Amino acid sequence: MTTRAKPRLGVFKFSSCDGCQLSLLDCELELLAVTDAVEIAYFLEATRKDMKGPFDVVLVEGSITTPHEAELIRQIRKSTKALITIGACATSGGIQALRNFTDVNGFLDIVYARPDYIETLETATPIAEHVAVDFELRGCPINKHQLLEVLNAFLNKRKPNIPHYAECIECKQRGTVCVMVAKGIACLGPVTQAGCGGLCPATHRGCFGCFGPMETPNTGALADRFLGELKQDKGTVQRAFRSFNANAPAFREESLKHD
Amino acid sequence: MPDSQAVIDRKDLGAMFALLAEEGYQPVAPRVHDGAVLYAPVSGPDDLPKGIGDEEEGGHYRLTERGDAKLFGHTKPVQGLKAHLYPARQKLWSAERAGHGFRIVKDQDPAPRYAFIGVRACELSAMLIQDKVFEGGPYADKGYAERRRNCFLVVVTCDHAGAACFCASQQTGPDVSEGYDLKLAEIIDGGRHVFLAEAGSEKGRALLDRLPRQAASEADLKAASDQRQAAAAGQKRAMISGVAELLAAQLESRHWEDVAKRCMSCGNCTMVCPTCFCSTMEDATDLSGLKAERTRKWDSCFSIDYSYIHGGSVRNSGASRYRQWMTHKLSHWVKQFGVSGCVGCGRCIIWCPVGIDITAEAKAILKGA
Ligand code: SF4
Ligand code: SF4
Ligand code: SF4
Ligand code: SF4
Repeated sequence: MTTRAKPRLGVFKFSSCDGCQLSLLDCELELLAVTDAVEIAYFLEATRKDMKGPFDVVLVEGSITTPHEAELIRQIRKSTKALITIGACATSGGIQALRNFTDVNGFLDIVYARPDYIETLETATPIAEHVAVDFELRGCPINKHQLLEVLNAFLNKRKPNIPHYAECIECKQRGTVCVMVAKGIACLGPVTQAGCGGLCPATHRGCFGCFGPMETPNTGALADRFLGELKQDKGTVQRAFRSFNANAPAFREESLKHD
Repeated sequence: MPDSQAVIDRKDLGAMFALLAEEGYQPVAPRVHDGAVLYAPVSGPDDLPKGIGDEEEGGHYRLTERGDAKLFGHTKPVQGLKAHLYPARQKLWSAERAGHGFRIVKDQDPAPRYAFIGVRACELSAMLIQDKVFEGGPYADKGYAERRRNCFLVVVTCDHAGAACFCASQQTGPDVSEGYDLKLAEIIDGGRHVFLAEAGSEKGRALLDRLPRQAASEADLKAASDQRQAAAAGQKRAMISGVAELLAAQLESRHWEDVAKRCMSCGNCTMVCPTCFCSTMEDATDLSGLKAERTRKWDSCFSIDYSYIHGGSVRNSGASRYRQWMTHKLSHWVKQFGVSGCVGCGRCIIWCPVGIDITAEAKAILKGA
């Protein structure tokens, strides 16, 4: 059996908190298998080695919030065969996309002593709005098992087993008692893509929507339930849809209905 | 079979659990967990939901205090026994690379021996339906068949119906006439707390013979029959008659679009339905590509991938997905398996986060027909 040449992996960060990259380090034992299978050619969180492309696969964390980032992502795209975005920031814009609903210059004046030193864009946008993306891995943060699955699928040239159905399916597969039905707690699970394994409902909280909209999100039906039986006010419903994935189109449109 | 009927005192119920455990069964019974009654492993009657009832409506469930000492005073648990007989995730086989080919690794766990205690009529009917699905026809599911063959069934008849129950209209309950090993009716009369027991199989008779028991009185038989009648008469919901033919003729009903506005395609109804059996296969490799395994996972007709065929998915609209679920349950199932796919347990109504009610949707389709 011929051994295949090790694919070269790069991990890049844009506007984000580093949490998703850290999921890769969090893989611990499995990480050794990853380093056996790929050559980590660029990953500042893990190694000082700063090697240049070309890459076979690049993982991108973070959203595009500055003109410099918008330029850099184009260069990275040119230097890699496959580009996989990881996390809510890279796939929808992240929590920083809250700026998309307001005037960013207002923040600059409040936060910075010299706003004129700051070069920023009006919006925080996902990578796919700037360059072609081969696979989007959702989550805030991503689930390390899903990350390994995507890398594994890429290395073995198969389709990743990443479902796009609702979080509720994972919740039921896990055997969790539905917090919305049995406790009256608002839960975004029915409109959120599976991925975490049903973490929050299993600890008696509603789903926060970390994995973004599921494949066919009927956010209006859920918002009606929140406003009706669960007696929430418009502001609470708006805030539910306006968090880590505020800029994902389905969540964005729903939140705009509750101004 | 009058000799197969007897009365067991509440204080002697523990002996039943002990005898079953002695025979190598793992007793699984209703138990309170996370604010709900679930089927879970138990060691004896003290683990049962004493004095607990349940309140249910569309998208709503709460536990209640009954104010008595009944152990089976609730109705059906949250999830059916399919979670035990047909687990949500199940490894089917694994393989490892061997030269230019591969070798199948034999690593199946032995099938568990469950004693299911507190099974309701609707649950048992659902199990008999899944038997047809998994064991009927040329492609029997050996794992299911083995788990099913290994199990001991103690059914309990309902003394009242939950607000979402409609087994009476589906002729699947609340009484049970076949398919069990032992049938119990729980009777509290003043200070007397007993179980009217009836064996339904040789296994059941053998167990009953070993339990401390007295002869059943006329009053006990009447109390049990009154309870069954109350459970049937108290049902607030019913499935309309002729629903199989109605739905088959209403595939273009405008009502499907109406449901789709409310339905989120979240799949909860299919997950909790005790007869739903759809699954998907997941093949995974390890990073080196030297090992592979195949897992069967519950899937749902509400997912887009479920109807994916070469080139795309067949059921892209919410209306088409809800129609698939409802027409399969209530109509095509009859052609496929000779019975309705709905036993009227009401779980899909309770655990739908927005409370969509299959009996109400059927009525609405009839009205628009
Ligand atoms: S708790 Fe949330 S995610 Fe889980 S089934 Fe209920 S609505 Fe869905
Ligand atoms: S369709 Fe609903 S009521 Fe009928 S068996 Fe399934 S869960 Fe129970
Ligand atoms: S549907 Fe019938 S058998 Fe099932 S819990 Fe309700 S009354 Fe009992
Ligand atoms: S009927 Fe209810 S539980 Fe079923 S998919 Fe629609 S919203 Fe979810």
